[in-house]
Amino acid sequence: MKTTWRLLLALVIAVAISACKTTPPISDEPATETTEAAPVVEEATTSGAPDPRDYTDARNFDNSQSLLSRRVIYFDFDKSEVKAEYRAVVAAHAAYISANGSSRVTLEGHADERGTREYNLGLGERRGNSVSGLLAAGGAMGSQLDNVSYGEERPVCRVSDEDCWSQNRRVEIIYTAR
Amino acid sequence: MTVTDIMQKVIYALVLLLFSQLAQAKLEIEIIQGNASALPIAVIPMQWRGSGPPPSTRVAEVVASDLYRSGLFAPLDDEDIVDRPVDGESIRFGTWRLLKVDYIVIGWVNDALGGNGYDIVYQLFDVNTQERLLSQITTVGLGDLRFGAHRAADAIYEKLIGVPGAFSTRIAYVSATGEGNDLQFELYVADADGFNPQPVVGSPEPLLSPNWSHDGTRLAYVSFEQGNSAIYVQNVATGARELVSSGKGINGAPAFSPDDRYLAMTLSYTGNPEIYIKDLTTGQKRQVTDHWAIDTEPAWSPDGKWLYFTSDRGGRPQIYRVAASGGKATRITREGDYNARVTISPDGSRIAVAQGRGNEYRIAILDLETGRMRTLTPGVLDESPSFAPNGSMILYATREGPRGVLAAVSADGNVRQRLILTEGDVREPAWSPVIR
Repeated sequence: MKTTWRLLLALVIAVAISACKTTPPISDEPATETTEAAPVVEEATTSGAPDPRDYTDARNFDNSQSLLSRRVIYFDFDKSEVKAEYRAVVAAHAAYISANGSSRVTLEGHADERGTREYNLGLGERRGNSVSGLLAAGGAMGSQLDNVSYGEERPVCRVSDEDCWSQNRRVEIIYTAR
Repeated sequence: MTVTDIMQKVIYALVLLLFSQLAQAKLEIEIIQGNASALPIAVIPMQWRGSGPPPSTRVAEVVASDLYRSGLFAPLDDEDIVDRPVDGESIRFGTWRLLKVDYIVIGWVNDALGGNGYDIVYQLFDVNTQERLLSQITTVGLGDLRFGAHRAADAIYEKLIGVPGAFSTRIAYVSATGEGNDLQFELYVADADGFNPQPVVGSPEPLLSPNWSHDGTRLAYVSFEQGNSAIYVQNVATGARELVSSGKGINGAPAFSPDDRYLAMTLSYTGNPEIYIKDLTTGQKRQVTDHWAIDTEPAWSPDGKWLYFTSDRGGRPQIYRVAASGGKATRITREGDYNARVTISPDGSRIAVAQGRGNEYRIAILDLETGRMRTLTPGVLDESPSFAPNGSMILYATREGPRGVLAAVSADGNVRQRLILTEGDVREPAWSPVIR
């Protein structure tokens, strides 16, 4: 009897892991619109899918329905203010970080290729500071947050046009511990 | 506009067209834009007077190529060198006058240092007056014949132009190869003509902002090898290096003081990028700027009294100047939306910057005495200007499609050349001081 349960449990875990693996990677595309409409909320059961609006639930990192699955914030040229459309994403992460005291986050600030490399290091850092300021305002502790600026040194896209530049002007929210 | 001006523009256009076609086949140093008033000079192949077989380096070729690259000389093509005099008595000046050559360089190479080196014995003559302008012997070790040739080119350049040459100097630069997250960064040092590239340090994480010590022995640079920016100082000859700064936040933009005792740098451990000066002997540092803006990219005035730097305290990045001892900063650049990454001419009279207008970034030069600013390069993503140690040219980074390449422009904007040194994306050039 116990063996059957164990087998079943192992099967459930295997399915869960493979489901994680087949989840498409988080899009690096800048969001063009805010998703105001609430996604279909399935009945939250202990074994079922998590409530995407439960930002304290780590399973939502891989749930494309949840704001926690979005971990890249995009910026305007030479600007470091977090735009209105990304405030909800940052707030979701602030909720997670404040609810999970052992979580740690590195904010990687990036700039597009225009302008000088060292100035862009400063700009990347300023963007990281904007995001970390909002996270702290949302309840994250300073000791949970780390800030690294790569300036223009780590582009995700290498074409010299606005489409590409807009993808490179970003802060990546990287969880070093969840 | 005079007829001569129009003629010059036509010649520039033709030269540009010619080289844009040549560029398809040949990836070396090329003059993109020439100088119509370049001095015609014949550099005669130098006779080998040593004991064994002749060395593979052809001194006259190296000298002619240096002079050509400066844009101020038009060396006679090899096939037009109809006569090969070795000493002054055998020069037939009439022949060279017919070939419209103004100057002629002759000489020979022989063994020296007991078989462990060479002498380059050379003379420079004015073809029209038949006067001997220069007679020199340059002695170098066995592996340094190219260096000796660069020294000879320096002396010829100085005699005819009135400014020391910068051919025997070196350049540092960073190359990036690979795709996506699989990148490799290398900091290289090469001769000023791009030959003899030597890797100084390599890393899978970004490297940037190399800066030479004024004695030419060390490079300061920024490396992300530990996951965040950190400043290192490395001896180029021995490879020995020292971690100078790796605090929280940015550790960037190192710049040696003229006496090499201090390193100016940008640090943001307080939460905001400020400029500091660190004493490399005692390790003590002091803060120079104190402003909520981004203050970065410090550069020393040649007398060591001032720091020029980039700040966006006025809204957009512009160049400011502050006493190295600290105090109030004065804005220096007034034209253009974006002026950053300043380099200062060796005499302190001019600065060059990366100047942005809209999406276009060009190298611009500002005369500090007259306040006149002019654009030197066509763009569109030109950055990291670095003055030659004789002030004659500015090395900078530019783009060809997605690829970074290095280029140099004469300080008057008349001559531009492209240097394609190694594979990969090349950036962050820094011209060394004169190595004595």
